[in-house]
Amino acid sequence: MIPTHSHWTPLLGRLGPDAIPTEPIVLATFAAVTLGGIALVGALTYFRLWSYLWKEWFTSVDHKKIGIMYMVLGLVMFLRGFADAIMIRSQQALGFGGSDGYLNSHHFDQVFTAHGVIMIFFVAMPFVTGLMNYVVPLQIGARDVSFPFLNNFSFWMTAGGAVLVMLSLFVGEFARTGWLAYPPLSELAYSPDVGVDYYVWSLQVAGVGTTLSGVNLIATIIKLRAPGMGLMKMPVFTWTALVTNILIVAVFPVLTVVLALLGLDRVFHTNFFTNDFGGSPMLYVNLIWIWGHPEVYILVLPVFGVYSEIVSTFCSKRLFGYTSMVYATCVIGILSYSVWLHHFFTMGSGASVNSFFGITTMVISIPTGAKLFNWLFTMFRGRIRFELPMMWTVAFMLTFTIGGMTGVMMAVPAADFVLHNSVFLIAHFHNVIIGGVVWGVFAAINYWWPKAFGFKLNEFWGKVSFWCWVPGFWIAFTPLYMLGFMGVTRRMRVFDASFDAMRIYYWVALFGALLIAAGIGAMLVQFAVSIWKREEYKDESGDIWGGRTLEWATSSPPPEYNFAFTPKVHDIDAWADMKAKGVARPVDGFQDIYMPQGTWAGIVLAGLSTVCGFALIWQVWWLAVVMLVGIVGTAIFHTFNYNRTFYIKADHVAEVEAARTAQLAALEKGAA
Amino acid sequence: MASTNLTEQYYDLHEHAHPDGYSTTLGFWIYLMSDCLIFGMLFATFAVLGGNYAGGPAPKDLFELPLVAVNTSLLLFSSITYGFAMIAMQNGSKKGLIGWLILTLCFGLGFLSIELYEFHNLIEEGAGPQRSAFLSAFFTLVGTHGLHVTFGSIWLVTLLFQVGKHGLTEANKRRLSCLSLFWHFLDVVWIGVFTFVYLMGVLR
Repeated sequence: MIPTHSHWTPLLGRLGPDAIPTEPIVLATFAAVTLGGIALVGALTYFRLWSYLWKEWFTSVDHKKIGIMYMVLGLVMFLRGFADAIMIRSQQALGFGGSDGYLNSHHFDQVFTAHGVIMIFFVAMPFVTGLMNYVVPLQIGARDVSFPFLNNFSFWMTAGGAVLVMLSLFVGEFARTGWLAYPPLSELAYSPDVGVDYYVWSLQVAGVGTTLSGVNLIATIIKLRAPGMGLMKMPVFTWTALVTNILIVAVFPVLTVVLALLGLDRVFHTNFFTNDFGGSPMLYVNLIWIWGHPEVYILVLPVFGVYSEIVSTFCSKRLFGYTSMVYATCVIGILSYSVWLHHFFTMGSGASVNSFFGITTMVISIPTGAKLFNWLFTMFRGRIRFELPMMWTVAFMLTFTIGGMTGVMMAVPAADFVLHNSVFLIAHFHNVIIGGVVWGVFAAINYWWPKAFGFKLNEFWGKVSFWCWVPGFWIAFTPLYMLGFMGVTRRMRVFDASFDAMRIYYWVALFGALLIAAGIGAMLVQFAVSIWKREEYKDESGDIWGGRTLEWATSSPPPEYNFAFTPKVHDIDAWADMKAKGVARPVDGFQDIYMPQGTWAGIVLAGLSTVCGFALIWQVWWLAVVMLVGIVGTAIFHTFNYNRTFYIKADHVAEVEAARTAQLAALEKGAA
Repeated sequence: MASTNLTEQYYDLHEHAHPDGYSTTLGFWIYLMSDCLIFGMLFATFAVLGGNYAGGPAPKDLFELPLVAVNTSLLLFSSITYGFAMIAMQNGSKKGLIGWLILTLCFGLGFLSIELYEFHNLIEEGAGPQRSAFLSAFFTLVGTHGLHVTFGSIWLVTLLFQVGKHGLTEANKRRLSCLSLFWHFLDVVWIGVFTFVYLMGVLR
C-alpha cells in the first residue's frame, strides 16, 4: 500500500539533503529569516517575555486577544504574500526581449502559487476571522464566544497551516500548480515532488481551524446575544458575520473532501482525478469551485458589514435600509452557491448550462448593487466626517463597483471564452479583492484599533498610505485589463519578441505595485508612530468616533469581561439609542462574573497537528502515527480537565469599574 | 430617579451567567451538519465516478449482500442499544448506562470487523482502491464512515471512563447526548451507503 520512492527511507521518509533548496534567492531569504528569527527569539528571551506571551496570549481564550492574534498573523503573512507579488511583477517586467528575467520557471511557478494561496487562506481569512472574533461578541453584548477553548484551538490550527506554507520555502518546495492545484497537473504523475503535498496539508490543517471557528461564531451569534437583541436588531456587521460563518460551515467541508481525495490520489494512487482508470479531473474543478465561489463571499461579506458600520458612524445617522441590507446579505449568501460554474465556462458544458450559470452570476450583482445604494443613501445628506475609515470606504465604493462590472462582463459566457484565463481575469479579481476585502480590512483596522488598544492611529501616515494604495492599485491593474483584451494569458514568465509592444504595460504595472509597496510601508510606519506616541493619541472615552453599536459602550480597551453589566437592547444601534436617552452607566452593585479559563490544550493540539501534517507531506509514516496518537491522547486527556471556568470577583470588577468611572468623570470635567 | 429606572431598563443588573454547555447542543448540531456535507460530497463523488469501472469489477461482481445485511443490522442494533443507554441515563442508572454502552461498543466493533474483513477480501481479489475510480470512490465513502465509527468508539470508551470516574454529572450527560447524536447520525449515513452503494450498486 505504502508507495516507495526512489529515495524514501523509513526513518526520514522523503526528507533528504536535496530538500534544502540551492537557489540563491531562496538561500538569502532563508538566511534573513533565520537571523531575524534568532534575533526575535533572543529579544523575547532577553526581555523575559516568554512566560507573559504564553500566559496572556498563546493560551488565552479571550476572544479579543485571539482576534488580535489573527490580525497579527494576517499582517505577517500579508508581507510574505506581497513579497511574492513584487517578484511576479518584476519578473514579468524583466522577461522581455529574449531576457530570462531573474526567476527560473521552477521558482516562478512556486511564487505565483504561493502568492494566491497565502493571500486568500493566510491573509484574507485570518483578517476577516480576526475582525469577527474581536468585534462580534462586543457588538452583541457577550462576554466571550460560545466555545472559548475551541476558538483558541482554531486560531492555532490556522497558524499551523501558515507555518507549513512558510516551511515549504526552506524545506522542499511549494506547489507549482496555481493556487487551486488543478489536476491532472497536481497529480503524482506530473507533480511528483512535495509541493502539492505542502499545499494539501497546510490547507487541511488550516481548514479544520476555519470550520470550527465558523461553528463557534454561529453558536455565539445565535445563543449569546444580549437580552432584547432580536435578530433584526443585530448590528449589520454581526449579520454579515452570521451569514459568512454559515457559508464557512457549509463549504469548507467541501474543500476538506476535495483536498483529501487529491491527497489519496497522490499517496495511495487512487483514481479520483487521474486521466486514466476512470478518474475525472473536471470533478475536481467542479468540487473546488463549489467551495471556491462561496469563499469569495466569505471574504467580502464581513467587510460589507465593516463598511456599513463605518458609513453610518461617520455620517452620524442610522444606516439607510437596514432591513434590505440584511436581506441582501442573506440573498448573496444563498446565491453564492449557484454560480460556481462561471469559473470554467470553457469546460464545454453546453449552452444551456453556461447560460444558467451566466444568469445566476448576473443576478447576484443585484443584491450587491442594493448594498451600494444603501451606503450612498446613508451618505446622502449625512454629515460626513472624512476620517481614515471613511476614506477607505469611499475608495472601496468607487473601485469595487468597477470591479463588479468587469465581473458581469465575464459572466457572459460568450465573452468569457475570450477573457478566460487571461490577465483580464487577474485584474478583475484583484479589483474586487483588493478594492473590497483588503481596503475593508484597512478601514476596519483604522476604525477599531482605538477600541482594541485605547489610542488612535496616526492620521498623516494613514493618509500617505491611502494615497499610495489607491492610485497604486489602479496603476498596477489597469494595464492588466488592457493586456487581457489583447489576449495575454496569466502566469507567463517570459515573453517572446511578438510581445515587445506590451512591455510598457508591464512596466506601468510594476510601478503601480511599487506604489502599493510604499503604501504598505507607510501603514507600517503609521502603526509604529502611533504606538510610539500612544499617550498623545490616547482615547479615554471608549467611544472615539461617536459609535452606534455596543462595542463603543465599554472602555477602550475593554476589560476582560467586556461589560460589567450586560446591556439590554431596545433598538437597532443600541448604543446610539442609549446615548440619545441619556442612560446612566451603573456604578455599583457589581456581581461576580463567570468566565472561561485559559488552556494549553489548543496550542499543543494544533502543534501536534502541524507536525503530523509535516510528517504526512514527507511521508514519515511513523511520525505521523505518533502525532495522530498524540492528538487523540491529548484531546482525551483534556476532557478530564473539569476546571475550565472561574469567577472574576465582584470586588475586582468594582475596582476596574471605579477606575473607569473616575476616568469618565475626569473627561467630563475636562470637556466642561 | 428617572435615570435609575433607565439604567435598570438598559442594563441587566441581576444577571445570571449562562449555564455551562449552554450552546453545546446547537454547536454540536452545526458541526454534525458540516460532517454531513463531507458525506454529501463523498456520495456525490460516488454518484459521478461509481460507474467508471475502467474494465475492472463492477458492484455485482464484488458485493456480498448477506454480509452487508448482517453488518447493517449490527449498526442498527447499536443505535437501539445506545437509545437504551440514554434511557438508563435519564433514569439515573449508572450501571444500566454502562451496560448498554458496552453492548453498543460491541456492536460497533463487530461492524468494524466485518467491514475490515470485506475490505481485506476485496483487496485480495485485486479490487483495491487503486483499481478504478469506482473502487476509489467506494473505499473512500465506506472507509470514511468506518473511520467515523472508529472515532465514535474511542469516544465511547473515553466516556465510559469519564462516567466511571465522575458519575452522571451534567457535563457527562451532555457529552453522552452529543455522542448519541453522533452515533445515530452515522446510522443514518450508513442507511444511505447501504441503499445507494450496495443495493443500487448490484442493480446496476
